[in-house]
Amino acid sequence: MNRFAYVRADDVAAAVRQGASGAVKFLAGGTNLVDLMKENVEQPQTIVDINRLPLKEISEVYSGLRLGALATNADTAYDPRVMKKYPLLSSAILAGASPQLRNAATNGGNLNQRTRCYYFYDLATPCNKREPGAGCSAVGGLTRIHAILGASAQCIATHPSDMCVALAVLDARIHVTGADGDRVIAIADYHRLPGDEPWHENTLAPGELVTAIELPDEDFSAHYTYLKLRDRLSYAFALVSVAVVMRLDEGGSIAEARVALGGVAAKPWRDIEAEALLKGAAPGDDMYRSFAERLLAGAIAEEGNRFKIELARRAIVRALRQAAAGTPQSQTDKRVA
Amino acid sequence: MRMKAVVDNVANVAPAASIASQEFPIHFQLNGIPVTATIAPWVTLLDYLRETAHLTGVKKGCDHGQCGACTVLIDGRRMNSCLKLAVTADGASITTIEGLGTPEALDPLQRAFIEHDALQCGYCTPGQICSARALLREQHAKTREEVRELMSGNLCRCGAYTNIVDAIMDVLQQEQKGSAA
Amino acid sequence: MSASIRIGDSISRIDGVEKVTGSAHYAAEYAIPGLLYGWIVSSDIAKGRVLSIADASARAIAGVVEIITHENRPHLPWLDRNYSDQVAPPGSPFRALYDDKIAFSHQPIALVVADTLEGARDAAALIEVTYEADTFNTDFEVALKEKFEPIRKRLGFWAPKSRGNAVKAFDAASLKHKGTYHLATHHHNPMEMHAATVHWRGDGKITVYDKTQGPQNVQSYIAAIFDFSKDDVRVMNPYVGGAFGSGLRPQYHVYLATLAAKMLERSVRVVMTRQQMFSHVHRPQATQQVSLATDQAGRLQAVMTEATTVTSRFEHYMEGVCNWGLMNYACENASGKYFIAPMDTYTPGDMRAPGAATGMTLFEIAMDEMAYAAGVDPLAFRTLNYSDKNAMDDKPYTSKALREAYAEGAQKFGWERRSPAPRSMHDGRELVGWGMATGMWDAYFMKTTVKAKMDAEGNLELSSAGSDIGTGTRTVMAMVASDTLGIAMDRISVVLGDSDLPTSPVEGGSWMAASTGAAVQVACHALGERLLDAAGNIEGDPLSGAKIDDVIFCDGQIIAKDNPSRSVPIESAMRASGETTLECEETAGPGVAGLLSMLRVSRNSHSAIFAEVKVDEELGVVRVTRIVIAVAAGRILNPRTARSQILGGVVMGIGMALHEETLMDTRFGRFMNHSFAEYHIPVNADIDSIEVIFVNEPDPDVNPLGVKGLGEIGIVSTAAAVANAIFHATGKRVRDLPVTIDKLL
Repeated sequence: MNRFAYVRADDVAAAVRQGASGAVKFLAGGTNLVDLMKENVEQPQTIVDINRLPLKEISEVYSGLRLGALATNADTAYDPRVMKKYPLLSSAILAGASPQLRNAATNGGNLNQRTRCYYFYDLATPCNKREPGAGCSAVGGLTRIHAILGASAQCIATHPSDMCVALAVLDARIHVTGADGDRVIAIADYHRLPGDEPWHENTLAPGELVTAIELPDEDFSAHYTYLKLRDRLSYAFALVSVAVVMRLDEGGSIAEARVALGGVAAKPWRDIEAEALLKGAAPGDDMYRSFAERLLAGAIAEEGNRFKIELARRAIVRALRQAAAGTPQSQTDKRVA
Repeated sequence: MRMKAVVDNVANVAPAASIASQEFPIHFQLNGIPVTATIAPWVTLLDYLRETAHLTGVKKGCDHGQCGACTVLIDGRRMNSCLKLAVTADGASITTIEGLGTPEALDPLQRAFIEHDALQCGYCTPGQICSARALLREQHAKTREEVRELMSGNLCRCGAYTNIVDAIMDVLQQEQKGSAA
Repeated sequence: MSASIRIGDSISRIDGVEKVTGSAHYAAEYAIPGLLYGWIVSSDIAKGRVLSIADASARAIAGVVEIITHENRPHLPWLDRNYSDQVAPPGSPFRALYDDKIAFSHQPIALVVADTLEGARDAAALIEVTYEADTFNTDFEVALKEKFEPIRKRLGFWAPKSRGNAVKAFDAASLKHKGTYHLATHHHNPMEMHAATVHWRGDGKITVYDKTQGPQNVQSYIAAIFDFSKDDVRVMNPYVGGAFGSGLRPQYHVYLATLAAKMLERSVRVVMTRQQMFSHVHRPQATQQVSLATDQAGRLQAVMTEATTVTSRFEHYMEGVCNWGLMNYACENASGKYFIAPMDTYTPGDMRAPGAATGMTLFEIAMDEMAYAAGVDPLAFRTLNYSDKNAMDDKPYTSKALREAYAEGAQKFGWERRSPAPRSMHDGRELVGWGMATGMWDAYFMKTTVKAKMDAEGNLELSSAGSDIGTGTRTVMAMVASDTLGIAMDRISVVLGDSDLPTSPVEGGSWMAASTGAAVQVACHALGERLLDAAGNIEGDPLSGAKIDDVIFCDGQIIAKDNPSRSVPIESAMRASGETTLECEETAGPGVAGLLSMLRVSRNSHSAIFAEVKVDEELGVVRVTRIVIAVAAGRILNPRTARSQILGGVVMGIGMALHEETLMDTRFGRFMNHSFAEYHIPVNADIDSIEVIFVNEPDPDVNPLGVKGLGEIGIVSTAAAVANAIFHATGKRVRDLPVTIDKLL
């Protein structure tokens, strides 16, 4: 761990002020930042401890439900309003990490967590995220946990969050504040694909702070699922995950379906044009398969992650089935629904 | 530019003297006893507990939040103490295995772990028990399956999992009976 | 409470309270005034030389005392023999900080010593190293081209022996199977990371608290390298947070901690990081080719097995991979060949059931394939080819109740309800698979000394230098003493893990219970004689004339067999001795007769494992829903801790089947998934029902207690049972463990 200055922010304005200069990191739950600092991957000059900021509330607002950036993942997942109206979010959060980590990790931190790429984590191997221009060691290397969509020659890392995959289909809005005031970023615009600058992982300006995540006032509690596939049955990152929310019309056709993939790209992977295929269609495997083909149209793999294309294809179909049938995947019963 | 700034920082790591000597007074309850300490910000709660407070019942199994051996209760919630900077525990109430029970007055979970042989080498055990204590408090687990899922943040390399679940189910049922009575 | 217990009672482990309350102290948990902390700096490259180490910014961190490298280290001996140890394979043992050479990635190249853990940790990150890289190979496929048969054998290594003419028989047979199987690299990853606290006492002596399976092994190692008299080095490991073989040889953490302590004349602690836990000993990657042939009835006509495991460039690590299948099945024509292939990694080493966990497991997958090829039920196939003797060495076994294990396991599992065809069993939308396999391990007996000491109040203390790494050795020692001397368990204490105590081998090979138990028995027996003697001083001499064989020791009394009304409380006998303590130190071991008998008779434990898996075929998700394992391991000293040993082996076996795999990036020569996040071991959610059966296998000949040891048999072939069940469920045969999701799509 490098030596850093530690300051405790007493209010949001102070945090933003303190966060605006130099290599500053906001510290919330610390579950990702402290881990990376111990690996010397993150070396902030200053840590601004934001745990005292009044951003822990989960509250109903006119436009939906507002999740404080500092509400923990556990408090969010088990919040009765979340469980009732946004069970997908609850399910996705509970699919991730462990109870201990969910008790510490915050919603804002979850958005900003960094990739689990082996090479990113290991200073002995070049990584463009850590050191722009150094090269990407994952390309041509061990790629079991790497991206099949939206990657670049500079980086094939994935975003490891489960929560964000749910947020993507819930069309969450990320409230941020910074030196230039407050703004709202659509979840789809929040994370960035690597392109030539994989060290830019999101669209926050320097010093900007996430204050809340807002979930629009929409009810998908009847037809949803979070299906996560991984290398053991719990406490592992997704190889592929699928979040689905769906509305069926009275005739049983799909009125609306939204699908996002986790574990396959640097951001939750959604394709609104592909989702249009599902609109008005009768639920059915053929439809789901053609949708999956479309969603995975640009998929490219290395040797080690080639299986993820087929796995994703099947997982999409299965998750759509689960959502349409109203039989969401349990995060406790490990039988795939 | 955030990342670039971090990268630039790598080249300038020589610590300023002011940083090197930075320490913060903090106050917290440790196993029910008020403690005042002066701690550098780069000290984790785990290392503080083990090296300064000598509460070595708290174990270090990975130091990265990937095994659960360092689980303690912070304000009643289970957390990985390895990922918590000690300065951020200011004002908190912390319970370690040493505060959960003593050889003379074991917590029912401690007794059940012995009875069901839910341990072998014993290294993950304090973390398992702290985690299980919180699990019972959380009340999200009633069945074996739920206990298994919600105890999955505590690795046991000796493979005592089935006995751990037996021990927890035993206490869960005792405490349910107790609260029903 | 004066009731003594009997061997075979179900007893809670006697160190349970210490472990559940956190009062058990492990190697890094000794507080010593003025303690310094060492942090290891590891090599980024796999092979080459250190050109320079710049440490100026590291030294600027407050509290840094010294940064030790090959350039400023104190004198170290030159000869390899100084660095060897009781269980080292042939070769030139690794010496940290000896010179500028790098032989493997993550090799320790510096030790930062500071007065706080954080000072050492944070300074270590500031050290800048430049290297001259050399070419290397860590690709197993490439290494196979350099494979060779080791000439100089490792102590205890038995090369496979061939019989008949396997090639001819194979060619002539009508039903055949031939397959190549592969096992991934595993790292032991005990929960406690390797650590040592060296107490520099200032009187020329050191006390080393080490994570090891052999304190006396570490004692000799440290003494030989750092020029101490053995008496001046005391190594202690009363509690060991798991090891599974990783603590058999002294690891470099204890070397570095002692080096620093000696150089600085201060107490020093060194703890590896979890990442560094992937830098040393590991189960070697392996490949095994198995060719089997049967007649039309399914009787084996030929068995051919050839295996290669990885070793390092500097030592020849070898394990018995091929022998198991050759020993276990009746077949007149069988051959085995074993090779090792060098790579630029640290030397692999023994990990839970070394050789068998690899060789028997892979062989048992081949056996399953052959059973299908011959159209015989997998269990019937094994009983059909059952061998009552060790078929490789043509020797009888002291006992082999494997037939009973098959029968009892099958019955409990419900094997007869199995529908033979793959893909024929379902539960809802999941495919159900039932598979089985045979496990086998050695029943060793090693020379061990135990001291039994009774105090004036009649409390008994047993002591030996052996280690209890979580197996329950302490508990069974107390049980044997209670049974032998009739003393209540709560009056017996057991002291282990101290090199100053009576001699014990390293803890490994599942030999502890048999060996230490036998030593406890003879020591207690001797103490019993002294007590009986002393009882003669009691007024009226109630046991007058009784010899040791005329009495029993039970419930705190010495009782005449022929007349139970004649008895003496043990405490009274102790008082009557007039001594404040009575001590007997005794050694048990195979002796010359035993060693000769080992040449004539085989000593092995066996198991039958039955596994049920449920597989979501579309997604390749496997759940191991049920394991039944029937174990034939002689006498069971303590069913409670015995069961736990088997459960642990099975859990690790499930990990071997589905999860465990250290991933090598051959471009960097570096294991990359060096964390518990990416090196997957089973978590609680992965483990469902496991039933353990101990079949009746009385064996007075195997060793004095009739015990075969249980630490390893549970892992052997569990992964095969799971892999075979996956085939039965899906019709997909995976010959490359672990069976991860991608292999089932």
